Amino acid sequence: MSDTFGSLVGKDVVVELKNDLSICGTLHSVDQYLNIKLTDISVTDPEKYPHMLSVKNCFIRGSVVRYVQLPADEVDTQLLQDAARKEAMQQKQ
Amino acid sequence: MNYMPGTASLIEDIDKKHLVLLRDGRTLIGILRSIDQFANLVLHQTVERIHVGKKFGDIPRGIFVVRGENVVLLGEVDLDKECDQILQRVSIEEILEEQRMEQQAKLESERLKLQAVKERGLSMPKADTLDDF
Repeated sequence: MSDTFGSLVGKDVVVELKNDLSICGTLHSVDQYLNIKLTDISVTDPEKYPHMLSVKNCFIRGSVVRYVQLPADEVDTQLLQDAARKEAMQQKQ
Repeated sequence: MNYMPGTASLIEDIDKKHLVLLRDGRTLIGILRSIDQFANLVLHQTVERIHVGKKFGDIPRGIFVVRGENVVLLGEVDLDKECDQILQRVSIEEILEEQRMEQQAKLESERLKLQAVKERGLSMPKADTLDDF
């Protein structure tokens, strides 16, 4: 899973959190817990959250992420499907 | 120097001023002094910032130890960008009063919503707060 994200480091993503906050930024790093570090962030929704104005980089705890919106052309869906299928087969055994 | 290259580490963020968003909606601002693998944090010279509309107020809190499961996000405060331009700093009493009024208004609208939903024979969906791995 973190390989998928590993290959997306440097791309622009939108992270939607469970508290309904959406943050747009460049993916800096990901870890085994799917904690995410973003740089050059901006709050996508109308800034109902003014406290983020002075924050440029942030660390997001993996457990609070609902979705990570990825650019469609950056993900090789075929490769991803094959990898997921392989992982599922390994888990079944 | 990254001790674990490729990982989202907080090591480089130590001793820098950070803004922490908690799951209960609170905002803490303080100097990050310590971290661990659960994202437990130790914040120094912490201030709780309350935002209501365009106004905000700071309550000094001292040293905070935050359990990782309550952390939503941690952001490095850019000291150059600390804009008090759009936002208006007010006294603690004023911001607490504003917050109290905002809470009351929210409770009132929730009560009306609940009533409307009940009248139609439905029920409100429960919030999911216990969903940690």
